[in-house]
Amino acid sequence: MIISVASGKGGSGKTTIAVNLALALVGDQKNNVHFLDCDVEEPNAHLFLNPLIKKRESIKIPVPEIDYQKCNYCGKCAQVCVYNAIAVTKDKVLVFPELCHSCGACTLFCPQKAINEEGREIGILEEGKSGSISFIGGRLNIGEPMAPPIIKKIKKKSIEKYRNRENEDIKVKKQYILLIDVPPGTSCPVIESVKGSDYTILVSEPTPFGLHDLVLAVEVLQKLQIPHGVILNKCDIGNHEVEDYCKENDIPILLFLPLDKEIAIAYSKGMPIVNLNRSYKQNFIQLFQNISKQYKIV
Amino acid sequence: MKEIVIISGKGGTGKTVLAASIAALAKNKVMGDCDVDASNLYLLLHPEVTEKHDFYAGLIPAIDLSKCNQCGLCQELCRFEAIKISQEQTVIDSVSCEGCGLCALVCPQQAIQMNENHCGEWYLSETKYGPLIYARLGIAEENSGKLVALVRQNAQEVAKKKNLELIIIDGPPGISCPLIASISGANLAIVVTEPTLSGIHDLERVIKVTQHFGVKAVVIINKYDLNLENSSRIEKFCGQNCISVGGKIHFDNVITEALVKGLPVVEYSDSKVTKEIRDIWQKVF
Repeated sequence: MIISVASGKGGSGKTTIAVNLALALVGDQKNNVHFLDCDVEEPNAHLFLNPLIKKRESIKIPVPEIDYQKCNYCGKCAQVCVYNAIAVTKDKVLVFPELCHSCGACTLFCPQKAINEEGREIGILEEGKSGSISFIGGRLNIGEPMAPPIIKKIKKKSIEKYRNRENEDIKVKKQYILLIDVPPGTSCPVIESVKGSDYTILVSEPTPFGLHDLVLAVEVLQKLQIPHGVILNKCDIGNHEVEDYCKENDIPILLFLPLDKEIAIAYSKGMPIVNLNRSYKQNFIQLFQNISKQYKIV
Repeated sequence: MKEIVIISGKGGTGKTVLAASIAALAKNKVMGDCDVDASNLYLLLHPEVTEKHDFYAGLIPAIDLSKCNQCGLCQELCRFEAIKISQEQTVIDSVSCEGCGLCALVCPQQAIQMNENHCGEWYLSETKYGPLIYARLGIAEENSGKLVALVRQNAQEVAKKKNLELIIIDGPPGISCPLIASISGANLAIVVTEPTLSGIHDLERVIKVTQHFGVKAVVIINKYDLNLENSSRIEKFCGQNCISVGGKIHFDNVITEALVKGLPVVEYSDSKVTKEIRDIWQKVF
């Protein structure tokens, strides 16, 4: 089962939920838990899981490189590039790699076959283990504008593993669970992260900001047709509007977590909350069971 | 004219809460909300929209099925896996499509046309604290960086027209295109962080981005008393990187209470938090 944890609003507790769900589920021998950190701009899950990184890979995207022996400055490449990543002057071709989306139009249409595509690093992939949790995360390089290509790469890698393992796991009666920590917002990095999930947990808080961003996140999931439910974090701090909204729209509230200074302090130190108190662990196991039930109905 | 942008790296550290309070404290200014994915500032400033504009960016393919013979060339060459030929019909996955237009150029039947993509709206508005420009990016749309640039450009125009000396921008979380579009060329970035391991980690990354683009930064530690040890780590980090700490705000529920009432916290109560924010504004400005 692929479960993503998203929220729209930042700082509502996505990483806390994803990490603790992973730790609660891995306690059961039947579960094979994988963790994927798709917040490649500001990855945080590793601070709580402390994975031992066994493999680092450079993530590259193809960008055009001009072969000046062949180029005749005809300008076709600049004409077909909708991202304005190439400009051609009388005797020079200027490439702006940060604007390039790697669509390949310039290479394909160059009449002189003067363009080769070279890999340009935009980030790294990290793979490792935290106890028996398998961990994959990505990290966008500083100054790079585009996160989706990294998310695509790390997702492809873990989903391939997932598909390969799924059948094996069924044979040995193990349940494969892939948990995805999603970045905040509602635009391309979020879509790329939640796409293909069996279920999405939306973490919200009972404030006007929480509600506003939850409504947007629900729209995203409806568009992608992903079943979803809400965890109301810091459920005792604000008003009832998020609860009312969920009721009106038949969105299940999977778990209520009160504001607890003990949790906030543990979080500040990078300590998972399932280690604080047995009841939290039980809550997360129950949460997963509720999701499985709901998912099977859908 | 001075442009100040409030950012954080990590989401939920209190950018918008601080931006709304600064909006209430500062004089002769215009506000812009550049968190176009999930703009929240208007929830505290209660604007009256004076102009609404559509935002078009990028292109989206439309297939003329009467011309398409399902040859499959577009599907084969599309690097975004955005075209699928199924049950003898060619279908575009608009969520995966990046609008490069390669399919339209290669189609032997000329069955694909690229159209302008409506991907959001932006608003000119008035609030009791002054003009506010904000935007809403369509669900699952791209081009957030362009919309951010549009919000900033309009904020600058309003400032010029109304002779306002200050632009206050509420920025997006993260470090990629919308963040880069929000800070490049700004006079000052106020970076709001919190004394958690995540807060520190994300602060270090976003500070590197401000340095990369040559934008001066000042750091605010929100909820500093949650973990005093981490707060001193942040101060030490700032010292080592020649960044000044503009102030600290303690952990107080009054911030949430003000939020639920839909008010900037400095307008809601005369608590210690209000004093801390006033001091920050005096020090930074």
